[in-house]
Amino acid sequence: MIDKSYIGHSFEPFTVEIEKGRLKFFARATGQNDPIYLDENAAKAAGYSSLPAAPTFLFSVDLEQDNPMQFLDMLGVDIARILHGEQEFEYHQPICAGDTITMQSSIADIYDKKNGAMDFVVQKFKATNQRGEHVADMIRTIVVRN
Amino acid sequence: MAETLHMIEVGDAIPEYTTKPISRTTLALFAGASGDHNPIHIDSDFAKKAGMDDVFAQGMLPMAYLGRLLTDWVPQTAIRKFSCRFSAITHLGEKITCSGKITEKWEDGGETFVKLALTAANDAGEVKLAGAAVVALPAKS
Repeated sequence: MIDKSYIGHSFEPFTVEIEKGRLKFFARATGQNDPIYLDENAAKAAGYSSLPAAPTFLFSVDLEQDNPMQFLDMLGVDIARILHGEQEFEYHQPICAGDTITMQSSIADIYDKKNGAMDFVVQKFKATNQRGEHVADMIRTIVVRN
Repeated sequence: MAETLHMIEVGDAIPEYTTKPISRTTLALFAGASGDHNPIHIDSDFAKKAGMDDVFAQGMLPMAYLGRLLTDWVPQTAIRKFSCRFSAITHLGEKITCSGKITEKWEDGGETFVKLALTAANDAGEVKLAGAAVVALPAKS
């Protein structure tokens, strides 16, 4: 079982530049055919400052930090034993290519089920852009198969 | 289009779609594009050592497909909340059908909102992701 004293642990914030090429790659890999995800002119015509990040891209922003699996190392969890349990997004402002997003996160909860056969780690993230605008929130629940 | 959207009621479905079969290439490209480099999704040797039959899809891949279901229906800025529970693993060769249904409709501060129940399922109807979204219907023009 994971040490529950990590509940409330805050991670060092980090900042990620949102790149146009990466957003196009993400759109292609997920079948987003709408030109606003692939063509900057179409995005601008639709009112975005550049290509918008698709609804689930924020999850990937977290993975851009130097060691995205640091939370597993800290908790003593082997990556081969994790599954994604739940995922939640709340959107306040669009995230577009050219933005720099600062991610702040903390461990909101750790609990176990089935007499410790599975642990759940709930991490909350807050994303702000280069103008200090709170653009989105995200909650990620990881399941650990013990 | 905005007029039609406002006519949508609880119980109505939004247009669904089905993906192409998930291949190893799909998973490799999504690993690169999403930054999820967990080898369990791209390296069969690693997956087998971890006790799985083979590599399987990153959960965020079918969630991205559900995101596309929403953005094909409304402008992305209309989506206020989007969540899901990963209930079954998505395997190689499976085609994923994404569908959504209105479960609530209400007005708040001059805006009309709907809540949707979302499903990503395989051909046999096995639910991979059960999701929900809150969407602000674009203003009537």
